Amino acid sequence: MMDMTTIITDLYMARADVFLACAALILLAVGVCLKTRAFHRIAIGGVTALVLTLIMTLQQDNSGDSITLFGDMLVYDRFGVFMKVLVSIGAISAIFMGVRDLGDHVIGKFEYVILILLATLGMNIMISSNNMLSLYMGLELQSLALYILAAFNRNSLTSSEAGLKYFILGALSSGMLLFGISLIYGYTGTTSFPLIADIVLIEQTDMVSMGMLVGLVFILVGLAFKISAVPFHMWTPDVYQGAPSSVTAFFAMAPKMAAMALMARVLFSAFGELHSDWAQIIFAISLASMALGAFAGLVQKNLYRLLAYSSIGHMGYALLGYFVGGFTGVTATLVYLSIYLVMTAGTFAMILSVRNKDNVAATNLNEFAGLSKKSPVVAYGLAIMLFSMAGIPPLAGFFGKLYIFKAVLDGGYYTLAVLGVCASVVASYYYLKLIKIMFFDQPSAHDDYVVAPSRLLRWVGVPSVLFVVTFIFYPDWLVYEATQAALSLR
Amino acid sequence: MVEVGLFHYLTLAAILFVIGVFGIFLNRKNIIVILMSIELMLLAVNINFVAFSAHHGDLHGQVFSMFILTVAAAEAAIGLAILVTFFRNKGQILVDDLSELKG
Repeated sequence: MMDMTTIITDLYMARADVFLACAALILLAVGVCLKTRAFHRIAIGGVTALVLTLIMTLQQDNSGDSITLFGDMLVYDRFGVFMKVLVSIGAISAIFMGVRDLGDHVIGKFEYVILILLATLGMNIMISSNNMLSLYMGLELQSLALYILAAFNRNSLTSSEAGLKYFILGALSSGMLLFGISLIYGYTGTTSFPLIADIVLIEQTDMVSMGMLVGLVFILVGLAFKISAVPFHMWTPDVYQGAPSSVTAFFAMAPKMAAMALMARVLFSAFGELHSDWAQIIFAISLASMALGAFAGLVQKNLYRLLAYSSIGHMGYALLGYFVGGFTGVTATLVYLSIYLVMTAGTFAMILSVRNKDNVAATNLNEFAGLSKKSPVVAYGLAIMLFSMAGIPPLAGFFGKLYIFKAVLDGGYYTLAVLGVCASVVASYYYLKLIKIMFFDQPSAHDDYVVAPSRLLRWVGVPSVLFVVTFIFYPDWLVYEATQAALSLR
Repeated sequence: MVEVGLFHYLTLAAILFVIGVFGIFLNRKNIIVILMSIELMLLAVNINFVAFSAHHGDLHGQVFSMFILTVAAAEAAIGLAILVTFFRNKGQILVDDLSELKG
């Protein structure tokens, strides 16, 4: 049994997450008392809290090996630190986007920042989870905050419809996940990942029970919903289109990182010995995601639907690394996810800067016509991001795909690599189409979209462009960190 | 008399779960019914957990079901809140009204 000192030591070791929880609650209390400019002030507080959390998380890294806290509920290792850094970057960019997108708006309630902090806390717990119970609690803390965020613009029919759709499908996927967890619990008698791994190892010599495999499939279905992999992607385009733009940006960044981290924990920590069984499922959803992301994006007129299909495709590539497995595969996925995060942050920072006289962000592709003349800096920045997403060298996106396909080829899956490259070629059509619209099309007569300089562009847009362009000169540190993270995932 | 054992509980839970899933997909009328179906799914999972917990003589499953009950309450609250905002904007809560977003 845990005594008082153990609990206090554990709370101290988990200080980053404890701090984030307290910060969210304090900011909520402060925000209620503020009379004016609550959104901007709470946003500053939120970014400060996230940066401090990030510093505390990085401090934990010094010890080197992994530690488990709260009776093996949570595990802190380098993999966790790596993913938490990604999630925090996503959350900080999302707050910047919120300030630009909602800050001066009627719907700019400061709860946006609080919800992002709480969702980030949930994601940190997901990333650290070492037990089905902490997995579920983290996932629900994240999801409940995200449901509200999707419906954040409560005066808008599309936003509340997006929230409702996301809620229904999210709750369905949580139910599937839970059913899977209950079967795993029934067939192993435990919910702890290391103990499940032990039992799987023993059973493997004989024959893995059917109930366990069914449970694993249900868990994978639940997680595939969260990363919007085909065939569980139906909610993605609707939610991306309906939710407020800055919320869409958040959806495209942080939750995907957390869910991929969670998938790695479940697949490699708990069910690592069953690789040959779950690899078929990952193979199918990854291939389907790449194909659908490439082809369904071709016909989209709405920019956010386009980005939804783009993110579905990107998740397909990231899953290839898990399919290959081993630490080369996981490393490739981690590198890919980091680069995807920066590209997405940059893309949304540029897109959210293009606004009309009523301060509404551009949503349709043809509203970007002639952007290169109106605002060359943003047009070139967005073009660089889109080239990078399409995977054109020498930009960072190319290296992400390079590491993934290298891992796939090292695993000996030549057909898969060829199919992946084909999907990438098809997908580059819609990225290039947007670039063509920005640089060669004439804006319509009543088009009043302009770009005003903002903190969002300065603090998120410029660093992303710099990262994407200069990644070729120093790819080693990211690959090194990803390798270390993947090695600690055992 | 048949003695009620683990198998019966699991069958009941599986049936309830499937009814819940079908309630979400086949229901074309009211969104409230979808919320009820979600609750049904979560409760079916709870039966599973408690049955396995009794079977193993291990308390973790029952603790888990307590957590699920708590989360289900929070989830229902948020779901209804979002439904209320949707109703205010649309004036209807039929499933077929979820049709603004498509493409």
